Amino acid sequence: MSFAWAKPYEPKNNFMKWLDERLPVPRLVYGAVGGGYPVPRNLNYFWNFGVLAGLALLIQIITGIVLGMHYYSYAGGAFESVERIMRDVNAGWVLRYVHQNGASFFFAIVYIHIFRGLYYGSYKAPREMVWMLGIVIYLLMMATAFMGYVLPWGQMSYWGAQVITGFFSAIPIVGEPLRVFLLGGYAPDQAALTRFFSLHYLLPFIISAVVILKIWALHIPGSSNPTGVDVKDEKDTLPFHPFYTAKDGFGIGVALILFSIFVFFLPYSLGHPDNYVEANPLVTPAHIVPEWYFWPFYAILRAFTVDFILPAKLWGVLAMFASILLLFFLTWLDRSPVRSTSYRPAYKIFFWVLVLDVMVLGYAGQAHITPFTLALSQVAAAYYFAHFLIILPLVSKFEKPLPLPTSISHSVLHGEKEESAPFGLTRTGPAAAPAAAE
Amino acid sequence: MATVEQPSQPTMPGEPQADAAHGAGVRRRDFINIAAVSFAGVGAAVAVAPLLIQMSPDASVRALSSTEVDVSKIQPGQGIKTVWRKQPVFIRNLTPQDIQAAASVEVGGLRDPQTLADRTKPGKQNWLVTLGVCTHLGCVPLGIGEGENKGEYGGYFCPCHGSHYDTAGRIRKGPAPTNLVVPEYEFASDTVVRIG
Ligand code: FES
Repeated sequence: MSFAWAKPYEPKNNFMKWLDERLPVPRLVYGAVGGGYPVPRNLNYFWNFGVLAGLALLIQIITGIVLGMHYYSYAGGAFESVERIMRDVNAGWVLRYVHQNGASFFFAIVYIHIFRGLYYGSYKAPREMVWMLGIVIYLLMMATAFMGYVLPWGQMSYWGAQVITGFFSAIPIVGEPLRVFLLGGYAPDQAALTRFFSLHYLLPFIISAVVILKIWALHIPGSSNPTGVDVKDEKDTLPFHPFYTAKDGFGIGVALILFSIFVFFLPYSLGHPDNYVEANPLVTPAHIVPEWYFWPFYAILRAFTVDFILPAKLWGVLAMFASILLLFFLTWLDRSPVRSTSYRPAYKIFFWVLVLDVMVLGYAGQAHITPFTLALSQVAAAYYFAHFLIILPLVSKFEKPLPLPTSISHSVLHGEKEESAPFGLTRTGPAAAPAAAE
Repeated sequence: MATVEQPSQPTMPGEPQADAAHGAGVRRRDFINIAAVSFAGVGAAVAVAPLLIQMSPDASVRALSSTEVDVSKIQPGQGIKTVWRKQPVFIRNLTPQDIQAAASVEVGGLRDPQTLADRTKPGKQNWLVTLGVCTHLGCVPLGIGEGENKGEYGGYFCPCHGSHYDTAGRIRKGPAPTNLVVPEYEFASDTVVRIG
């Protein structure tokens, strides 16, 4: 695939040879996540999060399919069927806890993955498409998570659906009819619940398809790495298997331990008790909050309270969507040729300020509205946009980056020459390498 | 589609222009291609239509178009919450002070300028009928029930993002863009309101 020295697939026995000539799936797997995919040798643990995200998607799909066998998407029975899953269905409680907390697990992983990409410049050439497909996946995840949260038909489900579909009514003229069209009624009800269930079941498979496109796009330039320096020769890489399958395996172990703590000991810590009250269209809970992974965006939505040319409501909705769509244009906003923030002293500070800013937005998004939290979300939202639209372009223009290492192997091995021979070859035999090409 | 130039074919007796028009103008084959693709496009659009219009509110939802409410028991200062088209509706019997408060406001300075008279029926100025749906993102505002937070202007308060409505249901503060919607309604008799 990506590099000339990638080891070609060799079928081990006659059956595999026969299969390879007719349906070369093992060859595809070998080249994608096997010994035939050379990966920079200096990846740190932040590079585990792509595989972890894939794992989380798999967990959600498997538990979701099984939960779908017990859930009724009927407004008069959905709430009860979820309680039945918890109490009556054999092992239903663990399936639901895994699925419910799995959504948080998935988002936590993806947020670390996104900030990894921001720190190491994964959105820069030649990986722009990988980044953009990632944003597409993120948007699809948000839609899936939102619709999934509606399904238990509790108070937060219902009012979450009401508020989020209310975004559409901010659009001038067509907004309100569009909202009624999407809900199939004037307020969330049976029609909305059934279509949300149908789409909640569908979208993860669309996400899977985009994941495949993303891996495909990633494997053209190959993985990035913590120095941001391009791979130059075979010394810079290791085959994915066994080196990174082992490293990812370890990461998966750690992640699953953390996840199990939530599933078995803190299953309600990330939820909201109001969702254990059945949906009531006539009573809004005193304090509506979305799930934690939407808090920063909710804060941006609420930050607009005064009309300025457009109504405040439309500004809020536009800003919220813009805060994500902005990420599509990152490659063009950050003009610095240096990928890794480790070599960008000025940008490094702003990167951590951004991390802090998003956390402040998260805090403001779940807080009761007071003049203080409102002002906080306004300042934090303004800074969020300033970071991407003003600070990032300016910093990348004026910053003087630190010197980059000459190569990946050089940065890893600090010049210890004899250790830098390609893996699996004798020290005297780098000349044997070209023979393995093609 | 289908505009790729074919290498010129030996001229058929029935196609005298094929060569003459080479490189310019529309050839028969282009016409057939465009016609065929357009036809298929129209067919596809027709096939998609039912897939889309199934989303709109169905007949059972549209059938709930009007309700009648007896308001004789509502004392001044009280209000009730009822349901129309599965949405909450507030019916409030305003006190003279409420009416006074609503009338004393400079209408021009409002976000959504309307007077109390615009929002009530003539001679029934004390009956304020509105949807109980915040015009921001659709929560049910507080303030209709006894002891609920009525907001800074004595009308309604939406807890979701902090919109304050006055005694005429007009937006005064917060993110909501417009006043609480006054549905179509009429007084069927002195004490019965028909909404829808
Ligand atoms: S829904 Fe009422 S203020 Fe947002």
